[in-house]
Amino acid sequence: MPLDGSLQRLRREGHIVVVGASLAGLRAAETLREEGFSGTLTMIGDEPQEPYDRPPLSKQVLLGKVPADHTALPRRRAIDAQWRLGTAATGLDLHAKRVHLSDGSSVEYDRLLITTGVRARPWPNELEADLDGVFVLRTVDDATRLHHRLKAGPRRVLVIGAGFTGSEIASACREQQLPVTVAERGAAPLVGALGAVVGEVAAELQREHGVDLRCGVQVTGLEGDQAGRLRCAHLSDGSTVEADIAVVSLGATRNTEWLAGSGLGAGPRGIACDAGCRAFDVRGIVTDDVFVAGDVARSPHPLFGYQFLSLEHWGNAVAQAEVAAHNMINSSADRRPHVWTPSFWSAQFGVNIKSVGVPPMGEEIIVTQGSLSDRRFTAVYGYRGRVIAAVTFDQAKWLDFYQRQIEQAAPFPPPYPSVDRRPDGMRPVPAGFPDPSLPSHGPTVTLSGHSPADRRVSFTPMRA
Amino acid sequence: MRLVVDLNRCQGYAQCAFLAPDVFTMHGDEALMYDPGPDDAQREHVLRAAEACPVKAITVEAADAAASAQARAGASYAA
Ligand SMILES: Cc1cc2nc3c(=O)[nH]c(=O)nc-3n(C[C@H](O)[C@H](O)[C@H](O)COP(=O)(O)OP(=O)(O)OC[C@H]3O[C@@H](n4cnc5c(N)ncnc54)[C@H](O)[C@@H]3O)c2cc1C
Repeated sequence: MPLDGSLQRLRREGHIVVVGASLAGLRAAETLREEGFSGTLTMIGDEPQEPYDRPPLSKQVLLGKVPADHTALPRRRAIDAQWRLGTAATGLDLHAKRVHLSDGSSVEYDRLLITTGVRARPWPNELEADLDGVFVLRTVDDATRLHHRLKAGPRRVLVIGAGFTGSEIASACREQQLPVTVAERGAAPLVGALGAVVGEVAAELQREHGVDLRCGVQVTGLEGDQAGRLRCAHLSDGSTVEADIAVVSLGATRNTEWLAGSGLGAGPRGIACDAGCRAFDVRGIVTDDVFVAGDVARSPHPLFGYQFLSLEHWGNAVAQAEVAAHNMINSSADRRPHVWTPSFWSAQFGVNIKSVGVPPMGEEIIVTQGSLSDRRFTAVYGYRGRVIAAVTFDQAKWLDFYQRQIEQAAPFPPPYPSVDRRPDGMRPVPAGFPDPSLPSHGPTVTLSGHSPADRRVSFTPMRA
Repeated sequence: MRLVVDLNRCQGYAQCAFLAPDVFTMHGDEALMYDPGPDDAQREHVLRAAEACPVKAITVEAADAAASAQARAGASYAA
């Protein structure tokens, strides 16, 4: 479709502002230039570093195999941008089309892309969180500090929360022979993300690698010595864990506070957008000039009943950024929907864990290849008679096939015979997800209903 | 130099670990570990590894983008 005059002007001399200079922001900027945007591009990021990659922080970097500052993201192309790093966006004026910045200045935009992601949820007790030895892991600075302390040989590391990040941290510690206790409120590690059947495998894996794993307990308090250094943690079962490092891995909080009062449909669950990445305002009306991508976005997905889906996944940030950038400089008939099938990976205790689809929607699970006891298997999740997700432990090769099954809403349980099917894969069993209305660090995939204006604070995900 | 591997795409063929063993290593049977910022001396090996990857999961910094990526905290600059 030929571009109308205003779109041509936007592409030639418009001003596009990206707030959040990380994975999604960078890939969007590259796509804008790739598709011919030649106007002014401003990248605003509150971190001082240029865009870097986070997944290595809990893996190679904690293991000491790669220095934390080796993680800067490669550029696919030059983007010729004005960079405002170390500067936070503090407000948005939708009428004046302006972003206000922490240094008191502001920038005007013709199109705005918001990619402010999430941050680690801090330990709720501030005094305890300030103790020397209490960490979170989200940024390159967090990783540098934590790695430094791990290298010094702590007596014991306590990991609070056994989601993916917590489990990877525990794995990196054990690989360096550090004593580790993992405290998890749920029945097993990864239970919120993958359910109890797979969580049980993760639990065995941790124990086999020497993790002191405590499930079904909560850390009720952290205690310091007189010098303000962490000394021990108190658990809800009455026990005490002596540790000089605690890593709080209780999931993430969306970086949307700076949008409070702006009129945008932004809240604790993220920023709602349509399938084309255009942000909704609080009235449920889609905006024309504000786009969203990456961890901060919640967008409707056709495979999952058009519920808003939030994904804290690397692959989603890249795919959504590309779609958002394309749509920012194209007319409505040429826009594309973001209908990426959720996928992620995690490496822990020597095992490569990969998943596609939305496991937490699964009611039942069946092991279609390999066996749980070998720690090498493919398991498929079913929801109302169709395949909704799959997970592999060291069997990534089967995942593409199940991705197509999910995309075709293929029947569950799979009616066909499969290679390497074992006795424990003969019939489906309950997948064992915890009550979804309980807040959890677990799922990095969250279905959050159909309401575009997210102003409720309580977390009440619904099943499709 | 800078690189990143799309580990959603990676299938553990391990061609990269064979062609650039100082940059890519297998960690366990299937998980890949790599240095996202290896020394420039590795460039030849890395480019060969990226070329050989059967699922094209390795992104190496574009030659024209490399020089301009110089960040300074708190400053505004063009790159
Ligand atoms: C330790 C760790 C391990 C991970 N491992 C995996 C993995 O194995 N597999 C996987 O699929 N995913 C993994 N992830 C998730 C993946 O890194 C994220 O999905 C990805 O970083 C999302 O990119 P993003 O650009 O949307 O958000 P982010 O990377 O969170 O970037 C948002 C940026 O915006 C900035 N910002 C926030 N507010 C403002 C403001 N007001 N003004 C200016 N800037 C602002 C932030 O500081 C940040 O730089 C991991 C994440 C972490 C932390």
